[in-house]
Amino acid sequence: MEKRVIFKGWMLPALLLLPQIVITAIFFFYPAGQAIWQSMFVPDPFGLKTQFVGLGNFEYLLGDPYYRASFVTTAIFSGLVTVVSMGVALYLAILADRLIKGSGTYRTLLIWPYAVAPAVAGVLWMFMFNTRVGVVAWYLGLLGYDWNHVLDEAEAMGLVVVASSWGRISYNFLFFLAGLQAIPRSVIEAAAIDGAKFWTRFRTIVWPLLSPTTFFLLVVNVVYAFFETFGVIHTITAGGPQQATTILVYKVYSDGFVGQDLGSSAAQSVILLLLVGILTVIQFKFIERRVHY
Amino acid sequence: MNIKTLNLALAMSMAWGTAASAQTEIQWWHAFTGRLGELLDAQVAQFNASQSDYKVVATHKGNYSEALNAGIAAFRAGEQPHLLQVFEVGTATMMAATGAIKPVYEVMEESGLPFDPNAYIPAVTGYYTTADGQMLSYPYNSSTQVLYVNRDKLSEAGIDPDVDLSTWEAWDAVLTQLKDAGVTCPYTTSWQSWVHLESFSAYHDVPFATKSNGFEGFDAELVFNGPLQVAHIEQLGKWAQEGKFIYNGRRNEAGANFRGGECALFTESSAGYAGVKAEAQFDFDIRHLPYWDSVEAAPQNTIIGGASVWIMAGKPAEEYKGVAAFLNFLSSPEVQAKWHQDTGYLPITTAAGELTESQGFYAANPGTEIAGLQMTRNAPTANSKGLRLGSYDQIRTIIDEELEGVWSGQKTAEAALNSAVERGNQLLRRFEQANR
Repeated sequence: MEKRVIFKGWMLPALLLLPQIVITAIFFFYPAGQAIWQSMFVPDPFGLKTQFVGLGNFEYLLGDPYYRASFVTTAIFSGLVTVVSMGVALYLAILADRLIKGSGTYRTLLIWPYAVAPAVAGVLWMFMFNTRVGVVAWYLGLLGYDWNHVLDEAEAMGLVVVASSWGRISYNFLFFLAGLQAIPRSVIEAAAIDGAKFWTRFRTIVWPLLSPTTFFLLVVNVVYAFFETFGVIHTITAGGPQQATTILVYKVYSDGFVGQDLGSSAAQSVILLLLVGILTVIQFKFIERRVHY
Repeated sequence: MNIKTLNLALAMSMAWGTAASAQTEIQWWHAFTGRLGELLDAQVAQFNASQSDYKVVATHKGNYSEALNAGIAAFRAGEQPHLLQVFEVGTATMMAATGAIKPVYEVMEESGLPFDPNAYIPAVTGYYTTADGQMLSYPYNSSTQVLYVNRDKLSEAGIDPDVDLSTWEAWDAVLTQLKDAGVTCPYTTSWQSWVHLESFSAYHDVPFATKSNGFEGFDAELVFNGPLQVAHIEQLGKWAQEGKFIYNGRRNEAGANFRGGECALFTESSAGYAGVKAEAQFDFDIRHLPYWDSVEAAPQNTIIGGASVWIMAGKPAEEYKGVAAFLNFLSSPEVQAKWHQDTGYLPITTAAGELTESQGFYAANPGTEIAGLQMTRNAPTANSKGLRLGSYDQIRTIIDEELEGVWSGQKTAEAALNSAVERGNQLLRRFEQANR
């Protein structure tokens, strides 16, 4: 049965909640409120004069075909990063789970890339694929493939997706491995005795039992692809070529800090805030129903 | 540490503190690293040692964009430095910020120190002056585009290293010969928008934007999609498709390829001289930027790039005297001439140019005088004074994106330039709105 603790009076519970409320207010409500307020103005960069434009900034943004294209870019990018990083991690976790000898070593090695910061990862990949001095680009050249992510949009997208997924695979791997190890052996063995092959066992037993982990990782990875990949994109492509890798967060930065257009930048933050809110609601409403705890 | 040494240390630090506070500190935020950073620090040290009233403190604040953002954020917090180095494309942003900046001419006037606007080279300072010739910001480091030629590469391809490259008309034959001789990179450029659109327009005396390229007001519109610019970009696009023009990146990435000896011809800032001289293992020379001979007005003059130093508002009058003294020091012929010779940046005063000449620097380093000559060849016209356009850093990015579309063959020159003009104009209207 459910256990309940009843507090006498309201002072103690209020006090216990206070630190979390203060942190949320300072680091979330205050900046979010500021963003909403600023999104209704067109200020000059130095804050000397400002004009109220109501929803003018939003009108300007949504009328801009490049901003609308940025939604599609973000969807493609986040989708690919999530699928690649989770897919590879699951594959590696299944292999590591079946290992009898040396699994500790493999696990440690696979976790290492997680320690690399996105900006550093970006620089590493940028050097490997640099069109003139990159090792990988050079080998591709030997094979007769002319690699040039500076001009080719698909190659640029591929490169930032791989660079963003790389460190993330480690993180996902850890969770998948823990999830796999939590599945009772007896269930799998029973299925095996009944004659179920690997794929049947995976489809009917492992995958459903792993679904809470998968769902958690899905949410976390989408949020990662939306916000934390900034460093990778900034160092490798700076949003190019021709805005092919300009995701929404990168555009907030480039309009606000390169273009000094703070009104548009604030409006974009508000749109992002709404978007992430909607995505989270969708995930919990529709996908969580299919998750078995 | 015992009590005695602690007391001694305390006494010493107090004594030092009082000595330091007798001097007025002048904060200067800049964007220079490496060799340029060292040379800047040397200038500051020389100024500090030359007098005892003021102490200039130079602080590196990241690249040009980052330094500008740091300055803006500091101003909003009321903690701005006295001096801020801002790249040339940020000029309109700074100019529009009346109340955040103090014009150079005003500071010099109030200081009572000698200041002769006529001592400066108009082609250089023009970028940073008002319509009636008043200096707004101090042209600290200015350069212009020149052509670097790898003479060994030309000889290897069986071409006379003194071949005429002064007009674009002559180029196709030379590039074809280089390509046929197996040169992987016949021609490359740095700063494509600066070289092939901004300066290109000035050099051929065609407008880049209306309202004298923005000098006459924030309601200017981009017009660099004219027939001449389209024809030029189309030619470059054709060379790119044929493997005669190799694109290496938006900034000066191509410098590495030229200095490494891969590329035969290279258009780059005159400030790239120090790097080429230090690293090139081949015989090179510097020439005028090519122009289209078929255009009657060409060659007009090229325009500058680089950065200027802005004086921020909101400091006590006494401190502006120190700022004036420092700028006066920087303008002296000796300091200017040394800066020009060490870096390849243009001299900003006529006297500094003459001093460099009389010291025999140009004779010993042929080609270093080209940049200055190219700038002063003709009196600047409305099309060749420079650019004064808001949000220009971002507009340059748009131009880069569109040009990349041409080099990769996805877009025609006309479509790319039309699109760049349209997208850029949107940003100009936003800027106009914010600064109404």
